[in-house]
Amino acid sequence: MSDEPIVQMRGITKDFTGVRALDGVDLTLRPGEIHAVMGENGAGKSTLIKVLTGVHSPDAGRILLGGEPVRFHSPGHAQAGGISTVYQEVNLTENLSVAENLFAGREPRLGPFINFRAMRRRAAALMSDIGVDINVAAPLSSYSIATQQLVAIARAVDIDAKVLILDEPTSSLDRDEVAVLLRVMRRLADSGCALVFISHFLDQVYEICDRMTVLRNGSLVGEWATAELPESELIGHMLGREVEALDAIERRASESAPEGGTPLLSAEGLGRKGSIAPFDLDIREGEVVGLAGLLGSGRTEAARLIAGADRHDAGHLAFDGRQVSGHNPRTAAARGIGFCPENRKTEGLVGELSVAENMILAMQASRGWARAIPPARRAELVDEFIAKLDIRPADPDLPVANLSGGNQQKVLLARWMLIAPRLLILDEPTRGIDVGAKADIQRLVAELSAEGMAVLFISAELEEVTRLSDRIAVLRDRELIDVLHEESDMTTERIVDTIVSRGGAE
Amino acid sequence: MSASTSLKTGRGRAGAYFKRLMWPLIVLAALLIVNVAVTGFDFLIPDVHDDRLSGAFVNILRRAAPLLLIALGMTLVIATKGIDLSVGAVYAIGAAIACQYLMSRDQSSIGAVVFAVALALAIAAVIGAWNGTMVAYFGVQPIVATLILMIAGRGIAQLITGGHIPTVGDTSPFVELGRGAIGTVPVPIWIAAAVFAALVLLTRTTALGMLLESVGGNPEASRLAGVRSKGITILVYLITGACAGLAGILGAANLGSADANNGGLWIELDAILAVVIGGTALIGGRFFLVGTTIGVVIIGTLEVTIINVGLSSQWQFTAKAIVVFIVAMLQSPEFRAWVLRPFRSRRARRSPAEPTPEPAPEKAPVT
Repeated sequence: MSDEPIVQMRGITKDFTGVRALDGVDLTLRPGEIHAVMGENGAGKSTLIKVLTGVHSPDAGRILLGGEPVRFHSPGHAQAGGISTVYQEVNLTENLSVAENLFAGREPRLGPFINFRAMRRRAAALMSDIGVDINVAAPLSSYSIATQQLVAIARAVDIDAKVLILDEPTSSLDRDEVAVLLRVMRRLADSGCALVFISHFLDQVYEICDRMTVLRNGSLVGEWATAELPESELIGHMLGREVEALDAIERRASESAPEGGTPLLSAEGLGRKGSIAPFDLDIREGEVVGLAGLLGSGRTEAARLIAGADRHDAGHLAFDGRQVSGHNPRTAAARGIGFCPENRKTEGLVGELSVAENMILAMQASRGWARAIPPARRAELVDEFIAKLDIRPADPDLPVANLSGGNQQKVLLARWMLIAPRLLILDEPTRGIDVGAKADIQRLVAELSAEGMAVLFISAELEEVTRLSDRIAVLRDRELIDVLHEESDMTTERIVDTIVSRGGAE
Repeated sequence: MSASTSLKTGRGRAGAYFKRLMWPLIVLAALLIVNVAVTGFDFLIPDVHDDRLSGAFVNILRRAAPLLLIALGMTLVIATKGIDLSVGAVYAIGAAIACQYLMSRDQSSIGAVVFAVALALAIAAVIGAWNGTMVAYFGVQPIVATLILMIAGRGIAQLITGGHIPTVGDTSPFVELGRGAIGTVPVPIWIAAAVFAALVLLTRTTALGMLLESVGGNPEASRLAGVRSKGITILVYLITGACAGLAGILGAANLGSADANNGGLWIELDAILAVVIGGTALIGGRFFLVGTTIGVVIIGTLEVTIINVGLSSQWQFTAKAIVVFIVAMLQSPEFRAWVLRPFRSRRARRSPAEPTPEPAPEKAPVT
């Protein structure tokens, strides 16, 4: 296990239009080892892998392959260098046979013709090499996703892969299929291949991986042997414990949140099959409620039910003391619920439209198309919020797609602030944005809640959640497992403990 | 602050507009120059004969009026990510209803003509609303939803006319809609201009235009922002249906008859072409009614140009394809970058420090 490393990435830095996606990250891969790259959404895992596979070229840092410095310009180039990737969605042709898929583009030939007999023979040998005996003449579509994934792996391995990257390969597999996949992975490692495993299933990572590299916010947290890093410490590393150099935006429970009284919003047994188990949650005026949990824990799903973005199929929702029926984004906005979704590009902004148009969209939608906001009033509002949120460049006519992530997020916030909502739901408002904008948004949340607005706040970064929240709902495995409300509980350690201890109890 | 903003607004809007319209305008200018070179300035400058304008270019505009009506409606539908293939069939239905009604009435009565037109328009609008309802409420893909009526519509028109071609006499006020003139300008041009102005006002002085662009640009984001996209979608299909019906009426009035089989045949494809030439993308979002108008004039001028330069009429489709190809290439940023690369790189080398506001879309570092 202490062989010469096959891949050494050193000091890799990558910027995307003002946002630093990777900041001096190292990754070392050794033959015969399965290496996990761990981190939350936006930690930089994908970017790091894309730098390694030649999709992105790094702005700084170097890559050594077998001790030699290399620079990959394209995925094909990286593949020729022995680095192959298998993605979550299988990248094969379903209507061709397994054998044809395995040898597509490099078929064994007999003169100008494909030698199907030789192809089938070699395909069968290849599949049984990794311990899977299937009929290679059958079309790929006749096999499960898991088997298709194994075919993809077999193909990658046969193209002389020294390094094999598996990006979330298990997320659509059932338990038995996962077991087969993990067995194949171990077998490949034993034959001298270096594997990178990316997964948010911690149990699988602990079962199969020898080492792990943990990233957070584009920076390297560290590299550990799996045996030396207990699960609780790993979660701590992924979510972050150290308080960052952000402005210390201190707002504490009790000082602004009135106890008792009717909550502004109360969810009772609210749930949706296959997305989040029924949960209870109250949010009061002037209160910031945090939703904490790992990726895939159901925090987004819970927020979408409350926002009306998804329809709930269980439980009730009461707003301002009245039962809510027919909950959807439009009625929610009419009641005063604003929702900034997780993916601002695909669900938040209309990229082609201008900053001003994106800002006034919710307000205009509530007025209907026939009653346009008068141009003077519109310019006044847009200017006011561009100044208030310090949106740069301060040009209301620029297509919003041209703004940086942080400024786009501010435009989205402004859209809802324009209608003065009573409850604002923010799903990962600070993901992938620069530190300055992050501090601005945190400060804004604190101000809004001081003015009496209720805020439901989701972030992968626990210190952000603990700093801002009066109460924190903790989720795991699509279930709300606890609501922390004591002031002494507002720590990242307490949240991590809650996640880990409930996980152990199952 | 707000004064400076509104100044900027004006410039930003106009700048974006000009960018989109520049290439179609260049193509149109080139076509006009070719025609003037071949046939002289008489091509552009209209004469007044019998108290009405005549001349090659005026005729182009007059004949293009039905296409313009349809293309304007199509622009709004395409802005919502939709498409309406049934417009040619609705054209035939509109023509059939108006003519068939007048066949059995007093054709010289103004009242009967007004009623015939109103009836045809109302039914065309209902057909449009039906298309919109299928798309908005039942989630049928626009191309499928409107394909149904594209095929069935001509059958319906035949049922209305009983398989015959109903005719309207030359003395009826109805034919004036196609052949008449008001203050020397042909009536179809007046009607097309009025519809153009009405649609521009409807979309740009209300919020309809912005909400259309929002729904077409990002349906999910619009839904989450609370936009009522269903009503808007039905409205634009309704407008398109009414426009197609009106186009059919103008066509029938010009001919004095309604041909259920051939009236407005393939006009949906010309309309889509005009929209695309005008700079509105088929994937929806931003739309340009002025661009569509230019596109329609290009198509109309092109047909005449082929004859003027002495090509046989068999060249018509091929020449059209070539012009469309040129416009599509000019509008493609990739093609322009490829063509302009030698110039660009030299300029970039000369002034490397020029701080260009990069319109690079945000590549979110998603993990």
